[in-house]
Amino acid sequence: MSAAARPQSLAGGGVIAREGIFLAEQLWPIKGQLVLALVGLAIGGFMGLMQALDRIGIVIYKAMLMQTYYQGLTIHGVLLAFLFTFAFNNAFVSLMAIRGFERPLASTFLAQGAFWTMLVGTLLAAYAILTNQATVLFTFYAPMRASSLFYLGAALLVISTLLTALNLVLTRRAWQREHPGERTPLLGFVGVVTYVMWTLATLGVVVLVVFFLLPWSLGWLKTTDPQFNRILFWYTGHPIVYFWLMPAYISWYLLVPRQVGGRVFSDSLVRLAFILLLVFSVPTGLHHQYVDPGIPTVMKVVHLFTTFSVVFPSLVTAFTVMAALEDGGRARGGRGLLGWIWKLPWGDPSVAAQLLAMLVFILGGATGIVNASYNLNNVVHNTSFVPGHFHMTVGTAVALSFIGISYWLIPYLTGRELMGRRLALAQAWLWFVGVLLFARGQIAAGLLGEPRRSSIGEAPYRDLIHAGLDNWLTAIGGTLMVISGLLYFIVVLWTIFGGRRLSQPLEIPIAEMRFGARETSPLLDRLGLWFVIAVVLVVIAYLPLILLYLPLQSVSPPIKVY
Amino acid sequence: MRIEAYERFFMIFAAIMLALGIVGIAIGALVAGVHVPSPAGRVDPRMLATTPPFNQPGLRELGGGKYEAVVIARAWQFQPEQIEVPAGSTVTFTLASPDVIHGFVLTGTNANVMVIPGQVAQVTARFDRPGEYLWVCHEYCGFGHHQMFGKVVVR
Repeated sequence: MSAAARPQSLAGGGVIAREGIFLAEQLWPIKGQLVLALVGLAIGGFMGLMQALDRIGIVIYKAMLMQTYYQGLTIHGVLLAFLFTFAFNNAFVSLMAIRGFERPLASTFLAQGAFWTMLVGTLLAAYAILTNQATVLFTFYAPMRASSLFYLGAALLVISTLLTALNLVLTRRAWQREHPGERTPLLGFVGVVTYVMWTLATLGVVVLVVFFLLPWSLGWLKTTDPQFNRILFWYTGHPIVYFWLMPAYISWYLLVPRQVGGRVFSDSLVRLAFILLLVFSVPTGLHHQYVDPGIPTVMKVVHLFTTFSVVFPSLVTAFTVMAALEDGGRARGGRGLLGWIWKLPWGDPSVAAQLLAMLVFILGGATGIVNASYNLNNVVHNTSFVPGHFHMTVGTAVALSFIGISYWLIPYLTGRELMGRRLALAQAWLWFVGVLLFARGQIAAGLLGEPRRSSIGEAPYRDLIHAGLDNWLTAIGGTLMVISGLLYFIVVLWTIFGGRRLSQPLEIPIAEMRFGARETSPLLDRLGLWFVIAVVLVVIAYLPLILLYLPLQSVSPPIKVY
Repeated sequence: MRIEAYERFFMIFAAIMLALGIVGIAIGALVAGVHVPSPAGRVDPRMLATTPPFNQPGLRELGGGKYEAVVIARAWQFQPEQIEVPAGSTVTFTLASPDVIHGFVLTGTNANVMVIPGQVAQVTARFDRPGEYLWVCHEYCGFGHHQMFGKVVVR
């Protein structure tokens, strides 16, 4: 067990010793959503193999029972970008909130409702995709028509996260009533901020599905406006990135420091970073649409500035997390400028996976700034540079962190020791090496003009792009990531079904602060105030856009092209 | 609120870094003249065959080394699939889609634009050196998506 996951004292011990706050009827939906997340990761991740090998002309989607490359790609995107992340977030953040507020969630009904909507949404979307009625990728751009069941399924996945959001807000309110005048505990606070941001962010996709795509796919609306629909999609499509990331940040900020024996630098900066993410995450969607023809240039410039603003809290994260790691490394006897790095507990798979995820995130963030850089985007937009970028962010910073978290979370929830620790370590390193090769290949090929989300293996122009070596790196790197995923599931199944019973319950690793909440401005706790500021920024970033864009150009009937 | 000296230093450093990024972008746009595509009008995708200039796709010379290439992006073919211009030409591509969303990226240039039904897409590229310039559809548009490409032949 990691140093941090080892029980600090019997008094503080684990699920069983904390029966008062962890209610069985709230724990099963949490565990259930974790299972859904891992099923999503397993199936969605496995589809990556088909895509990786496609780059070097090995076309195996038929062998994987897919009718087209794009059906497999849709499974990859929907299961990983929506199911894996949403379900993991719901489970992990709910658990952290219970622990952070030291009380059960406010509503068991909402907790169980989140599980059921997630399950039914997954089944509906999976049915539509597997029967080839929704090969529209995870972006489902109109006027490409998908089965109504797909839109309904996707909507239920979002509703599941909104039920969790409501539950978290109610839980915080209940805590405030029980603790008048006290500072909101940080571990609970950051989860609530994440879900409040996400609630504001879902507005775009909710309007898109409810008022456009669902009625249009049912034939109640004859036509829709593809450009306007894209604006709605990307209104949600960028902040979703922060919804993926912020739970990883929660672990990096508040749990990993404990696991490496360090302290969080300060309560102030953590709260500030999360509040800035709440304020700036949403009004940024147009930087995904710099090369859209129907959007006024002036609005693209506005979103350039908001997008650069939201980079700031991530840079703050880089500092604060690194400072906590250094604190831990020095406490463990690290000397010199960089000597502390080698003293970190690299032998703990949970720590190693998350440290490697952080390292990759430096490159992921840097390439993200390229995407966001307005005219520089001309060179990379919709090329394979973009998946090269986001496999280092959501595909590693998030996914490998979630994997790292699960290395203590699964033992914590099951009471069974993590098995195959060396296998788990190999898994983390293999993913790290894999994604670096993969991203190197995708990025270089993208700069040469290779399009993203294309079946390059079947493309007649494959040899005209001259990205032969790059595509080999992509294929090798992607394959290594799939093998790493395989190792992960061996460890998970081994632990769940063959793990030795732990002699005493585990404790969630929660770090101490070097400078506590007493030093933080109480203004940062005023969630309602910051939410209003976020809404105002959204209005500034989107109202002029909509006014300049109107009237709607509703000219597109549904078209099935797969 | 307590902000440590290290924290303050790093926050200032981060802000300066981002500001320099914006300055770089501004230089790219205002000095080097690299812009993102701007709105170029609307069109009804159902009437594309009868709406000028899309009723006559192809290359036309505007004089002074300037050309306009009117290109229809449909599932799963560009029309025309190839144009030929002399070296030193500047070509403005005017694109539209009669069906789903397509994309247009011209390798080796800054020309990159989405082709969205209902909107006219326009990008310009200058070709100084002879050779073949590949363009491809870069937005998923159905199971034949990877078959959509075209070429500029510069003589």
